[in-house]
Amino acid sequence: MGALSSEHLINIQDLNKGDIFTVLDTARSFKEVNERSIKKLPTLRGRTIVNLFLEPSTRTRTSFEIAAKRLSADGINFTASASATTKGESLVDTAQTLDAMNCDLVIIRHAYAGSPQILTRNMRAHIINGGDGKHQHPTQALLDLYTIREHFGSFEGLKVAIVGDISHSRVFGSLAPALNLLGAEVTAIAPPTLLPACTEVLGSKVLYDLDEALETFDVVYMLRVQQERIEQSPFPSLREYATLYGLNVERLSRLKEDAIIMHPGPVNRGVELSSEAVDTARNLLLYQVNAGVAVRMALMYLLLGGDKDGIAA
Amino acid sequence: MALLLKNARCVDPAVKLDKNCDILIRDGVIVELGIPGTIPLLKGEEIDLTGKILVPGLVDLHVHLRDPGQEYKEDIRSGGRAAAKGGFTAVVAMPNTKPICDTGSKVRYVIEKAREVSRTRILPSGSLSHGLQGEALSEMGDMVKAGAVAFTDDGRGVQDAGMMRRAMDYAKLFGKPVMSHCQVEGLVGKGVVNEGLVSTRLGMASWPAAGEEIQIARDIALCELTGAQLHIQHITTARGVKLVAEAKLRGLPVSCEVTPHHLFLCEEDIDEKYDTNLKMNPPLRTREDMFALQEALISGAIDCIATDHAPHAEHEKAFEFEAAPFGTTGLETALSLVFTELVASGRLELATLVERMAHAPRRILGFAPVRLEAGSIADLTVIDPETTYEVRADDFESKSKNSAFIGRSLKGRASHVFVGGHASLADGKVVAL
Repeated sequence: MGALSSEHLINIQDLNKGDIFTVLDTARSFKEVNERSIKKLPTLRGRTIVNLFLEPSTRTRTSFEIAAKRLSADGINFTASASATTKGESLVDTAQTLDAMNCDLVIIRHAYAGSPQILTRNMRAHIINGGDGKHQHPTQALLDLYTIREHFGSFEGLKVAIVGDISHSRVFGSLAPALNLLGAEVTAIAPPTLLPACTEVLGSKVLYDLDEALETFDVVYMLRVQQERIEQSPFPSLREYATLYGLNVERLSRLKEDAIIMHPGPVNRGVELSSEAVDTARNLLLYQVNAGVAVRMALMYLLLGGDKDGIAA
Repeated sequence: MALLLKNARCVDPAVKLDKNCDILIRDGVIVELGIPGTIPLLKGEEIDLTGKILVPGLVDLHVHLRDPGQEYKEDIRSGGRAAAKGGFTAVVAMPNTKPICDTGSKVRYVIEKAREVSRTRILPSGSLSHGLQGEALSEMGDMVKAGAVAFTDDGRGVQDAGMMRRAMDYAKLFGKPVMSHCQVEGLVGKGVVNEGLVSTRLGMASWPAAGEEIQIARDIALCELTGAQLHIQHITTARGVKLVAEAKLRGLPVSCEVTPHHLFLCEEDIDEKYDTNLKMNPPLRTREDMFALQEALISGAIDCIATDHAPHAEHEKAFEFEAAPFGTTGLETALSLVFTELVASGRLELATLVERMAHAPRRILGFAPVRLEAGSIADLTVIDPETTYEVRADDFESKSKNSAFIGRSLKGRASHVFVGGHASLADGKVVAL
């Protein structure tokens, strides 16, 4: 058993409270490394890490790729379209093929929920879920937690609003339960057409109206409107959505004084965030991106057997 | 050729029978029933069934035999063997084969092949609409002439109410039941699980109970309008059952079936393992629905059990949950499940099991009843009530292993099945034709 109580990271709930803080503490050390001019550590030299991306993603894949390189692992990109797994080679066959090549760690991004479990059943490698369908995106949640912790120092009693397309959001699926576990209070804010059937099972309250309690939140986490994943439009127009749920200058002015804005990226400027809300100093989205590399380095390191005290700094 | 079945506990509510008897069969027909030891057998075979239960042969109104077109999943021979293994004497084959069973010649193919390869009675149903498209009537007259026993667009709901009305009106001409798969596409969409707790937790597209109940209500209204005989397939929700029960109270010719998986599994059984054997359509519903279905089966609000036996190849069920095909096999576990969960636990009388699995399905098809009395056709099922086993993928007669119940411990199982007096199952082993 490694430094974490799970050998894979599939669901954020694979990690207990202690695990989460182990990841965040370890990430803090790596973040310091990332600020140096020479950013590379020999820690995972000789290890093979595969980015198995079956759904288009540039940001997440790049972040994992950089993380692997900074740790001196050999990082390989394996990309295909999700449909290939039903029409051509199945995910089972892909997993067995990669397994035969002796990979140490596989990061999977896939349009279908539960696909990482297919890898864990068919491979010896450690698996990190890089986003599965509308289910989970645990590394995003961890980098978000990192950001919140560095800003506020702790999670206890923080009021966090997560705004937007909750029903299609794997970010919400991971972040809400984690925040809940750590003592923060999560409120999902969305039109009823963008809420799942039982939001409360993910550890969150629900509000329809963004303006109702905007002044009370410490964190306002704006989700991307995923127009590409919405088949039957759940709102009449982007214009109306922006009016009801967009963070604009007027709403910015009503935020709590020390409240922060977060976003998983990429932003639709003028939809969920006005340009002012993107560019304001209280928007930490680039900090999140920066933390993402460190958090992913920490996960690779911890899953591949390192302990949190053993980082060669 | 005579056959004497000795000393089984013979149970048949249709003739108010529940006692140990000997049964003499000649030329496929029951000729005599008597106190054990009182019927002499001059020439022929005798089988000692002491400790076993003998009932009228079970009928499954809903199976997918995949033949023609997808014989790698199942075919008429293997499906017939699976039926025998599970204790069924007859099964109604759904028309969503490749090609779709929507003309007389396609019905004839099933009947003729079945005659060659299966002792189990394979009863073809034809599609309601041409090509299952839900748009134009299929040639029901041609299919009835060839031997079709019912009409259904199973696998899809007929979306257009006008089309469903025409199909029900037209089916009256032949006196055959219209079997309805109820789902409103606008609510189902790409849904693969019930909308609720589990869909939220597992992040999968889902559809609500209302997507089924709306069409049940619609078809009941059309039943009232047309007077056609309506059979609701694989009902899954408490409210759906209420709708059917209320229609029956008003005297409408409506019946419904429930599957073993909706009776004994619920959405909460789908967990982070994303077991695709639990992916079926309609999906597993809530725990409350599951209990309501059990109660409705016991009370008679639900008429019968049908398996919706839906074989799929291992490599297909190995896909991601959202990409894998819908369905679980059911023929070989249905009787054992009902016996274990409801009869052995004392909640369901054996006589009621016979009513729900033998008499009701025949009545829905308009068939002559099979009764434990002289003159009846000798389609019989024998149950060993004491045998216990664990459901294992390797033990199926079906070509496919996609059972939602693998790993379950069951009690009670068919030991013998007779179709027209000939054994299709003997001592738990399928008899080749």
